[in-house]
Amino acid sequence: MTEVTRAEYCVIACAEAWRDAGEVLASPMGLIPSVGARLARLTFSPDLLLTDGEALLVTPDGTVEGWLPYRQHLALVTGGRRHVMMGASQIDRYGNQNISCIGDWERPKRQLLGVRGAPVNTLNNPTSYWIPRHSRRVFVEKVDMVCGVGYDHAAGARYHRIPRVVSDLGVFDFDTPDRSMRLASLHPGVTLEQVREATSFELAVPDEVPRTRPPTAEELRLIREVLDPGNTRAREVGA
Amino acid sequence: MSDKTTTADEVASRLRSGMTLGIGGWGSRRKPMALVRALLRSDVTDLTVVSYGGPDVGMLAAAGRIRKLVAPFVTLDSIPLEPHYRAARERGAFELMEIDEAMFMWGLHAAANRLPFLPVRAGLGSDVMRVNSGLQTVTSPYDDGETFVAVPALRLDAALVHVGRADRQGNGRYLGPDPYFDDLFCEAADTAYLSCERIVDTAELTKEAAPQSLLIKRHTVTGVVEAPNGAHFTSCAPDYGRDEAFQKAYATTPWADFAAQFLGGDEQAYQSAVREGEWTS
Repeated sequence: MTEVTRAEYCVIACAEAWRDAGEVLASPMGLIPSVGARLARLTFSPDLLLTDGEALLVTPDGTVEGWLPYRQHLALVTGGRRHVMMGASQIDRYGNQNISCIGDWERPKRQLLGVRGAPVNTLNNPTSYWIPRHSRRVFVEKVDMVCGVGYDHAAGARYHRIPRVVSDLGVFDFDTPDRSMRLASLHPGVTLEQVREATSFELAVPDEVPRTRPPTAEELRLIREVLDPGNTRAREVGA
Repeated sequence: MSDKTTTADEVASRLRSGMTLGIGGWGSRRKPMALVRALLRSDVTDLTVVSYGGPDVGMLAAAGRIRKLVAPFVTLDSIPLEPHYRAARERGAFELMEIDEAMFMWGLHAAANRLPFLPVRAGLGSDVMRVNSGLQTVTSPYDDGETFVAVPALRLDAALVHVGRADRQGNGRYLGPDPYFDDLFCEAADTAYLSCERIVDTAELTKEAAPQSLLIKRHTVTGVVEAPNGAHFTSCAPDYGRDEAFQKAYATTPWADFAAQFLGGDEQAYQSAVREGEWTS
């Protein structure tokens, strides 16, 4: 078997977000989180619910097992039985996320998508993030518009939780006394220096930084032969 | 029983400048585009548009018809960022009430239920509160004492929606997997206009489908328009998918050129131009 690629480490790091999640909806946004969610469902989190990206709940082979149109999806969010992995155009050290606009909101330099469901997600169900290109433009000191709520803005909201941020360089969490972002693991082949270079704020770094775990042989087989035989993951994260 | 059939241009003539207009569908999916095109042919302007935004917003923004937009996003789905909407925002062309997807839904629910607001656990801590300085919070009167956002009712002067089939009285059936919020738009509006792929007899609405697919009820509908391919270029599953090639042309052609090429004539001229497919070359 050929060497495990960076994209495959990213798949594993995303899949791990749904470990021990129970019978909840995995809502992945982006290609690698989608492969990760289905991998988790096929292996260590067999109770997960998956969607077809539209209104149907499906098993990994595509069998329809339920109906989840947008308005029921929104109820499921507020009921908390969901762990979403969103994207972020900007994210800061406390996990505030922006997908609305760059620059002044009144007259943006670059208009992006809009807040979408980020405000409701972050106050109701665990919300993780996937960032395929880790850079200073994304990992910023301060986001221009708080869409997803970070720990310093959540005021201890009862259901607020940001379990992890996965990038092409590593995995990050908020397991620090002030709930600021911490490096949880480096993907193999990545140096601490590289991560610091690509991050605008100071990251908490443990004395010994673990490496993101490699996929098992069975996981690798599932990724390569069952879930993403066309290797589309390599388009999202190169070698 | 009253026959509510009318035409897209007749619908546009009943709309007035300054109205608050809700538009159904979601992103670039099942948008009542024939009605939007009729609106573009009229001189109605100064609109407050309430929409899970797609090309409906992009076109009305590009044409300068929007005074204020209420939306959680504007997207073409397969093209994430709506170029004409972006350009309009970046030149400060209109006022924006940017709220979360769930807040938006509860605003429609409040309007449909004749409530001034509904409490939601969304928005707090986010800049939605900063950029919408009028949004208020409310404290639970029960033991939990939790603070919520009081989403104001999004009451609409008129709603525009598009479904697969409808009868002449305004009962509408959707055929795709997601109803989106079209029935809610109709309930939240003082008047609602329903366009459809095909008008059929009432009995035919449930001939091959369960009554659960009867999304729109006639008491919420003012006028019915038969508009085949009326959601084009957005999707209208399962009748047709999104016209990706045309959408790409829309997104990459300067607005003035696009409007001159496709929106200068009536709906029939538009549909002919689409069929001729000259834009693909």
